[in-house]
Amino acid sequence: MTKEGVMKTIDYSLYYGDFKALNGITVDIPINRITAIIGPSGCGKSSLIRSFNRMNDLISNSRTEGTILVDGEDIYSQDVVRLRKKVGMVFQRPNPFPKSIFANVAYGPRIHGIRDKSKLAVIVENSIRDAALWDEVKDDLGKSAFSLSGGQQQRLCIARALAVEPEVILMDEPASALDPVATLKIEELMEKLKIKYTIVIVTHNMQQAARVSDFTAFLLTDSERAGNLIEFGPTTEMFTNPVDTRTEDYISGRFG
Amino acid sequence: MWFSCGLTVLIMLFVIGYVIIRGFSQIDLDFFLTPPRGGLSGEGGISSTIIATVYLVITTLVFATPLGVSAGIFLVEYADNIKSRFVQKLVVFARFGVETLAGVPSIIFGLFGYALFVTSLHFGFSILSAALAGTCLVIPVIIRTTEEALKAVPNSYREASLAMGAGKWETIWKVVLPSAITGISTGIVLSAGRIVSETAIFYVTLGGSYRTPTSIMSSGRTMALHVYYLAMETRAFDKALATAAVLVLLIVLLNLVINAVSSWLSA
Ligand SMILES: Nc1ncnc2c1ncn2[C@@H]1O[C@H](COP(=O)(O)OP(=O)(O)OP(=O)(O)O)[C@@H](O)[C@H]1O
Ligand SMILES: [Mg+2]
Repeated sequence: MTKEGVMKTIDYSLYYGDFKALNGITVDIPINRITAIIGPSGCGKSSLIRSFNRMNDLISNSRTEGTILVDGEDIYSQDVVRLRKKVGMVFQRPNPFPKSIFANVAYGPRIHGIRDKSKLAVIVENSIRDAALWDEVKDDLGKSAFSLSGGQQQRLCIARALAVEPEVILMDEPASALDPVATLKIEELMEKLKIKYTIVIVTHNMQQAARVSDFTAFLLTDSERAGNLIEFGPTTEMFTNPVDTRTEDYISGRFG
Repeated sequence: MWFSCGLTVLIMLFVIGYVIIRGFSQIDLDFFLTPPRGGLSGEGGISSTIIATVYLVITTLVFATPLGVSAGIFLVEYADNIKSRFVQKLVVFARFGVETLAGVPSIIFGLFGYALFVTSLHFGFSILSAALAGTCLVIPVIIRTTEEALKAVPNSYREASLAMGAGKWETIWKVVLPSAITGISTGIVLSAGRIVSETAIFYVTLGGSYRTPTSIMSSGRTMALHVYYLAMETRAFDKALATAAVLVLLIVLLNLVINAVSSWLSA
């Protein structure tokens, strides 16, 4: 039932200077599904997720081998602005700008050239609605984003990412700085978002991966400390019936 | 510790109190509205020196702000990403230069300004020469406060903006600078205070004419210089104190502005 992916990596490796952080990763991210990337600390989860929107370009000594395709096209032959518009990102700690709630969500559309006030208002409202935050902030759009709670800030960041109409949303441990109630809200939200978007989430939390994701990718470092993809497959299968013993060890160890 | 702290405050209050109390007995509206006159006798008010001060502060800041702020932006946002060895060396040198310049006595900038702007470039004793020398004096301050302000902006803001497809400059302009504006404006107001209070550097670049400056090529006399002239070259010591009192109030005012700007912008 896997549809053809919007995103895939083919024998992709990433280096920081001489250090190889990811080794020959080949994975096909299914469209309109939630894919979880799991693995122990330092195995390269963030490195991998930041590869999809070329955020590793910002690290001056990073270098890549192999290919990542988004919409069938090599990400390095695409305009990075267009790529990042298609592949949005939500970070580990909520990072709204020190601006109003409205200005935060309007930021993306504005930089992509939308000036019309009424158009912006519609985009902002729809994005905040889609991020399940509208009822909480609809009367306070002019207030500073910092007046929101951590969980609300993270949903605002999701709204901000949605506002540029991406195809993919990357989330690097989006709930790790939040309390259980706020985490649950984010998880419910992801469930709704996958109807329209393809979602990739990094998580440390096995239960979370089991709860929210349809597919799981398990990374582990080899003897050279480079991250390798050990197993990829439907989450239920992987959690009940892992193929690789290392996956089994990790999952059972974590479920303890 | 308590004692030395108390003593410092006491001395400060005494100096300011003395200047203000003795000075203000001389001050009336006319003092602000008439220019100095009468050469050595030191009569008249300070109107033309107020104008010269304002003129010089504005001219200097017009030169120094764009230069200093863009240098600060370059050092924090761009310098480390440029891989060329040569540029890297230059950046190290520039950082060292800024540190050193910040500690150089102001008269050195005065001498430099006198040699270069007043004589070699034939700008004479003028607002222009003084503003250029003043620019050299305050640029380290502006660069450093800009650098500090930019470094205090969390990297997560930059990442969020770039991840949405914003360009580097767009990110700096729309996210980083607005977040750093408090710190940057503090540096600018600090620089204004520096220009208001310096004497030596302007003694050798601005000249000392107490006529109202009419153009950027006019000579002039700032209030601080006027205090110096009155005290050293006239018999009007009370007028010097009166001018000093105005000067002290102005500096206090600038400091209040800095505080107000910070609390207003960070609110
Ligand atoms: N900018 C960098 N420069 C050099 N090495 C880096 C850099 N970023 C990450 N690394 C290294 O790459 C490896 C993978 O790091 P990464 O952050 O991708 O791991 P992770 O799986 O996300 O870990 P965590 O679960 O702790 O977030 C680690 O060994 C890390 O030290
Ligand atoms: Mg990580």
